[in-house]
Amino acid sequence: MIVPVDWYMALAAALFLIGALGMLLRRNALVMFMCIELMLNAVNLTLISAGRAMNDINGQVAVFFILVVAAAEVVVGLAIIVAIFRRRTSASVDELSELRG
Amino acid sequence: MVEGILFVVMGISALAGAVTVVVARNPIYSAMGLLGTLFSVAVLYVVQLAHLVAAVQIIVYAGAVMTLFLFVIMMVGVDKEETRKEELPLQRVMVGALAAVVIVAAGVITVVGDFDWVPAATTITGDSINGTVQAIAEPLFTDWVLAFEATALLLTIAAAGAIVLAQFKRQRS
Repeated sequence: MIVPVDWYMALAAALFLIGALGMLLRRNALVMFMCIELMLNAVNLTLISAGRAMNDINGQVAVFFILVVAAAEVVVGLAIIVAIFRRRTSASVDELSELRG
Repeated sequence: MVEGILFVVMGISALAGAVTVVVARNPIYSAMGLLGTLFSVAVLYVVQLAHLVAAVQIIVYAGAVMTLFLFVIMMVGVDKEETRKEELPLQRVMVGALAAVVIVAAGVITVVGDFDWVPAATTITGDSINGTVQAIAEPLFTDWVLAFEATALLLTIAAAGAIVLAQFKRQRS
């Protein structure tokens, strides 16, 4: 039995939705970052599934690039969080209001 | 049959991990939930013949990225209680309503309408997409070699940027 590609797409949509919800609900910058990773993984799953359904290897190549970009993003993002934390001693995004107009 | 069982088990596991990320009060538990989701998704990759991507997912995400996350959680500290007081109640209601509309619309379109998740999907899935190292490397180093070089540059810049951010703080304080 081969699972239809629709099921994979639905699972990826659910994962993306949970990640987006976490992004909106949580205040901890680290948890928000993890939610971004969650959404990236959901997109990767759609690319792999669509690549298999369309018999195209380029879906897996695209996932490769997304993995690299996500790794670079995590490096810079966590460096920024640590830099902010050293000054503010808090990881909550609600307290970062210096740029308020 | 095997794929069906694996899909159900790993799908439930991935969703449970994702919910843990959002719900857990302690960021360590969130990281562990994310780790579970990453492993489950990697298994789903293997099921879909993306062997190399699954291995890279485990090595890069579960190995490097999650270690980095746990390091930062240790540095920032997990004892800080997150404030759950609502600052923007009206906006949250509006976003919730918008999300409900979008989800219901997507469900209606999927169930009622003539909608394909992947339009050009073929019913037969052959072995031409067997994601071995060789199969991935060939398009990567021919068609996508420019993008490959660009990501190499991006990684270098990101590493340099992280070092600069760390150094900068030390000079200031």
